Amino acid sequence: MTSKSDERHFELSINGNRHRVTDSYPGESLLTVLRDRLGLTGSKGACEEGECGSCSVLLDGNLVCSCLVLAASVTNCSVVTVEGLGGSTDVQTAFVESGAIQCGFCSPGLIMAATNLLERTPEPTVDEIREGLAGNLCRCTGYGRIIDAVQVVVQQRKNGRS
Amino acid sequence: MPVAHPRSIGELTELLDEESHTVLLAGGTDFMVGLNHGSTRLAPDDLIVDLRLVAELSTVEVDYQQQVLRLGAGVRWDDLLTAPIAEIAPCLSQAARTVGSHQIRTAGTIGGNLATASPAGDGVCALVALDATLVLTSSRGQRTVAVSEFAIAPKKNVLERDEFIERVDIPITEGWQGYSKIGTRNAMVISVAGVAVVLSSESNTCRIALGSVGPTVILSTEASQFAGTTINWEIASITSADLETVVEMTRASATPIDDHRSTAAYRKHAVGVLTKRLIEQGLTTLRKSL
Repeated sequence: MTSKSDERHFELSINGNRHRVTDSYPGESLLTVLRDRLGLTGSKGACEEGECGSCSVLLDGNLVCSCLVLAASVTNCSVVTVEGLGGSTDVQTAFVESGAIQCGFCSPGLIMAATNLLERTPEPTVDEIREGLAGNLCRCTGYGRIIDAVQVVVQQRKNGRS
Repeated sequence: MPVAHPRSIGELTELLDEESHTVLLAGGTDFMVGLNHGSTRLAPDDLIVDLRLVAELSTVEVDYQQQVLRLGAGVRWDDLLTAPIAEIAPCLSQAARTVGSHQIRTAGTIGGNLATASPAGDGVCALVALDATLVLTSSRGQRTVAVSEFAIAPKKNVLERDEFIERVDIPITEGWQGYSKIGTRNAMVISVAGVAVVLSSESNTCRIALGSVGPTVILSTEASQFAGTTINWEIASITSADLETVVEMTRASATPIDDHRSTAAYRKHAVGVLTKRLIEQGLTTLRKSL
């Protein structure tokens, strides 16, 4: 028998906690639920078509754009948002210390993407970093320092100081 | 308007047989854009059918006996970048690597790319050149349709209301294959023009498929046949005059339009250039292994 979940009232598992969502509208994205219903405003919304990456979250460990996830369809998944990282991971610290943050709008998405990239590829080349972060746009165009920040983390982890 | 989570082909088939207003949801990377921007609207009695948990749809099976690679429709772009798919169908992997970003490739599926029926579908272009076949399933049984016959117009395919794409069957061939596309930048781009070429050194045939230059992905039949007969397969070579004819035939089979991404004239030019480069690259590679 196929299980069915209610489109409007459902529960999501986010950063290890169960969250009750009520009165979700039909077709509402995970991004909208996170920001407007649950107050988790770390994930940013800009293009809402998967181009900018500012809404990136981990869905069962995979990096996805939360604007392209139907919220009511992921009741059985585990979601990690930038809030779930805590605030002082080595990636976050490296972004701050490398000056990889200007206006900060793209930072949550880029930090999620960089965190995920280093899980998949612990020692990426510059080309691999560029390709790995290609789905995240920084309109301040601070890409140089963003790539620096990722390299700083790689070096720190290699030196065992992280 | 609930969301259904079938876990097997059996459950999915039964569900589509019972329910009359169903919307199939694969990776969501096209579907959600429509919902977010209001170009797609859900009716109150629509049942969203989430395909992600249907176990059989994510299987990858290599059958050397039948010489076929079977991909479940739910196989994601990221999976297409890995072995054994990347070894058996490298042009499909190349196409997959040009799709969106890592975020898009972890969510989007090959079945979704096919069902969306866009002429710019990178995966579709590779599958047409690979002469792949789709297995479409419903409670009434299964039928097979060539990928080249599946899309009939932009956003329109031959799926019946109660049918779904179960899998893609790709013939395993010896030879060379490649996919190339042109866009406005190197990542995150919808193709302005795309070409897939498959050179089969067993059957001495060539298949050229063109993307973004017509209402659907186009199999350039005449150019493919001409290339197949004029390539000297013993030495993996083609004369420059014959290659020019292939290029002209390729351009003649394209029916592009002017739109916000490019002009028809440029697209016609581009598919010729890409075809020439791919055939030259393929024959050079084949010569090295002679």
